[in-house]
Amino acid sequence: MALKTEEMILNMGPQHPSTHGVLRLELKLEGEIISDVIPHIGYLHRCFEKHAEAMTYPQVIPYTDRMDYLAAMYNEFGYALAVERLMGIEVPERVEYIRVIMGELQRIASHLVALGTYGADIGAFTPFLYCFRDREKILHLFEITCGARLLYNYIWIGGVSHDLHPDFIRLTRDFITEFKPNIKELNDLLSYNQIFIDRTANVAPLPKETAINYGITGPNLRASGVKWDLRKDDPYSVYHKFDYEIPVGSGERGKTGDCWDRYIIRVREMEESLKIIEQAIEQIPDGDVTSAIPKRVKPPVGQIYTRVENPRGELGYFIISDGSLNPYRIKVRAPSFVNLSIMGELCKGWMVADVVAILGSIDIVLGEIDR
Amino acid sequence: MKSAEEIFNILKEKFPGSVTELVADKPVDPFIEASPLEIDKICTFLLESEEFKFDSLMNLSGVDDANGEKEKDEKGFDTIKGGTLSVWYHLESIELKHKITLKVSTERENPEVASVAEIWRSSDWHEREAFDLYGIKFLNHPDLRRILMPYDWEAGHPLRKDYKNPEFYQGMKVPD
Amino acid sequence: MIYDWLHDITGSELLAAFIQSWLPLLLFILPFVLVAVLAERKVSAHMQDRLGPMRVGYHGVLQTIADLIKLLQKEDITASANDRKLFNLAPLLVFAGSYAAFAAIPFSGAFIGSQIELGLIYIVAVTGLVVAGILMAGWASNNKYSLLGAMRAAAQIISYEIPTLLIILTVIMVTGTVNLHTLSEMQTGYFWNWMILGGPEFGLQKFLLIPFMMMGFLIIFISMLAEVNRTPFDIPEAESELVSGFHTEYSGMKFAMFFLAEYANMFAISAIIAVLFFGGFQSPFGYLGNSLGWEWLVPFEQFFWFTVKGLFFIFVQMWLRWTLPRFRVDQLMAFCWKYMIPFAFVILIIVGLITVL
Repeated sequence: MALKTEEMILNMGPQHPSTHGVLRLELKLEGEIISDVIPHIGYLHRCFEKHAEAMTYPQVIPYTDRMDYLAAMYNEFGYALAVERLMGIEVPERVEYIRVIMGELQRIASHLVALGTYGADIGAFTPFLYCFRDREKILHLFEITCGARLLYNYIWIGGVSHDLHPDFIRLTRDFITEFKPNIKELNDLLSYNQIFIDRTANVAPLPKETAINYGITGPNLRASGVKWDLRKDDPYSVYHKFDYEIPVGSGERGKTGDCWDRYIIRVREMEESLKIIEQAIEQIPDGDVTSAIPKRVKPPVGQIYTRVENPRGELGYFIISDGSLNPYRIKVRAPSFVNLSIMGELCKGWMVADVVAILGSIDIVLGEIDR
Repeated sequence: MKSAEEIFNILKEKFPGSVTELVADKPVDPFIEASPLEIDKICTFLLESEEFKFDSLMNLSGVDDANGEKEKDEKGFDTIKGGTLSVWYHLESIELKHKITLKVSTERENPEVASVAEIWRSSDWHEREAFDLYGIKFLNHPDLRRILMPYDWEAGHPLRKDYKNPEFYQGMKVPD
Repeated sequence: MIYDWLHDITGSELLAAFIQSWLPLLLFILPFVLVAVLAERKVSAHMQDRLGPMRVGYHGVLQTIADLIKLLQKEDITASANDRKLFNLAPLLVFAGSYAAFAAIPFSGAFIGSQIELGLIYIVAVTGLVVAGILMAGWASNNKYSLLGAMRAAAQIISYEIPTLLIILTVIMVTGTVNLHTLSEMQTGYFWNWMILGGPEFGLQKFLLIPFMMMGFLIIFISMLAEVNRTPFDIPEAESELVSGFHTEYSGMKFAMFFLAEYANMFAISAIIAVLFFGGFQSPFGYLGNSLGWEWLVPFEQFFWFTVKGLFFIFVQMWLRWTLPRFRVDQLMAFCWKYMIPFAFVILIIVGLITVL
């Protein structure tokens, strides 16, 4: 006679030290093994899309910052790119280079947060502080350019709001020289640590076809072995002028597409971003950064869907314009929104302690999920 | 790599009744209009056929076209009667590297669109969001309920152009 | 010596023994724990490239006193659904289990809390109370998370007692005594007479034993880390997974008791390892008091060396906590049962053979 076991429902509630924001995960457990995970979102819904319909196009930019608050430069970049393509504006080359430099610095900062908090979830408290120490240097660079550390309102439609500070290039070079040995230190401390590998390698591997069908993009897709990066496959701005690699997961320490792969892809992307920044600050031309900013932003009637490569995946802006000063409809395709929907599928059969590892490896930000 | 006209022509041959027209004159992307109840058959064809292989749905959004009659209802607020709601699909193929945009329009009073959630699993949550914010019902969706608003929000669908905030929600006053 | 002095003062054997066994507790351990909390914060801060508490007192030295005052005046919250008796009893058991072990540990050549012939066995037995306390705390909190944390803690502590006991048996076989005071006395001389380097008798046995003693030291150090729930074995208190494990629901003075018990535990195991393998209170280089002719200095020097060894092991424990991530609970159990216990058995058998032959 077999024992009848009941399913237990455990709530990892909206307030929890490691759900990366206000997210409620309903776990259906049989003992310690998970049979289903249902995410409940909407706790941070601030009606961005409805607000955008009441404001003019330039006024929407601070709102786009606040969606993915850890990668704010990229949100603005995507939006400005979409409106410029709709209006047919060409921006000066210096502006393009500045946007790329800011975007890549923001990518490094965002990955540092993701890696630090992932280590802290697994129990290694020290790499968290080392990552934040390096992130402080990047935030200082942003502060001298536009005055803000987290939410910038810097990339405007047709240009950027301020030109680079005179010390910016020198400080960026110093940052790059200081940061390269720190990546090595992070690798020694956390990435190749056997306990960390035991916790994350071979946990929840994501096969290629499932990933593409679920719409997963960004480092998660690349960790599953698909070499797809919008900077190379659908290039925008001046990314085609730089020489850099796209790291792809290959199951070094376990299966392809497991949590360790998703983690190490982010570390390697940081190294590639450093290469792009180095090349950009060598090649940056002179020019006037505010010359192409239009006085009134009034796009023609039409619609456009543009996408950029956010640190978390493919950030898409679908803008419908009816010829007036206010956008008719803005829909934001947030990468974390789509990435989170795979939690149920991915966690089946693993243990409660692994849920934290899996959620950390997907790297979500609730601000852009709920918008 | 196929262009929008080629895709439109092949689709028009295969689904003569459902695919209506290709609109390519407005900036920036050309889009194909299709019928709302047949969209799942069209999408299955787009996913599985060898020459298209649209294996990834980038985006699915609801739009309120607001092209009906504006009237005042009992309380004196503006509402829109008649007209359409539309759903826009942005598809791409990672293998063959081409993209296409589809649009379906459905009536405002009882909007119903066939669901593509079983074809591309990424559309599951996007369709829930379109249902939540516009009220578009997706037929055969595995779990159609609200996603961003609270599950028991009774006061309508917020992103419609004629939406008004309710006064009270569960006994709490809703701020302006 | 101190016993005789107390006996003279009080005139009663029972009272003298009672006070003597309480002395290490009051004079040394409680103040030590206050310092240890501050030390942990400063050590962890410097390892993480920051400064730690800096404002309260000079460079933060009065921080623990401030924390203690804060905890004393906090409201003692007991949820209505808790089992009141068990809830109140649990911290006392944990506290008692940790502190009672100090009665049998030799702090110096002239002082030991109480001369127990079965010193080691008494210590192992009394630290078993901690398990009962933890289970009570988890159950009485009436909270799914606390219960999970308590069960994991209990399973972990009980499993890791086995390698600990096996290695203790190994040392007992080599030295032939369970009394900690005698064990320390045996390791006189210089540091090459310590157990980790094979023991006081010079001969073939000593050199054969050296590698096994070193492996035994590693095994017992890791098992004892697991017994006190320190990272990498701190699943029961894992912040990001179970909020705070079995002491989530405690506040105020009861929480302070759990906290103090943890640091006292750390010192207890450091002391036991020092006594078993590193010569207890013996100096590695000979005594200054002896060479200068001041006999009265020797017990103080021994006390100094004992404290230094204890503090060194505590520093190593803190170092490990802030460097390593934590194990998942099934990996922890597999590590104990599949790796530590067989190793400990093999060492026991080989050392037994060496001592017999």
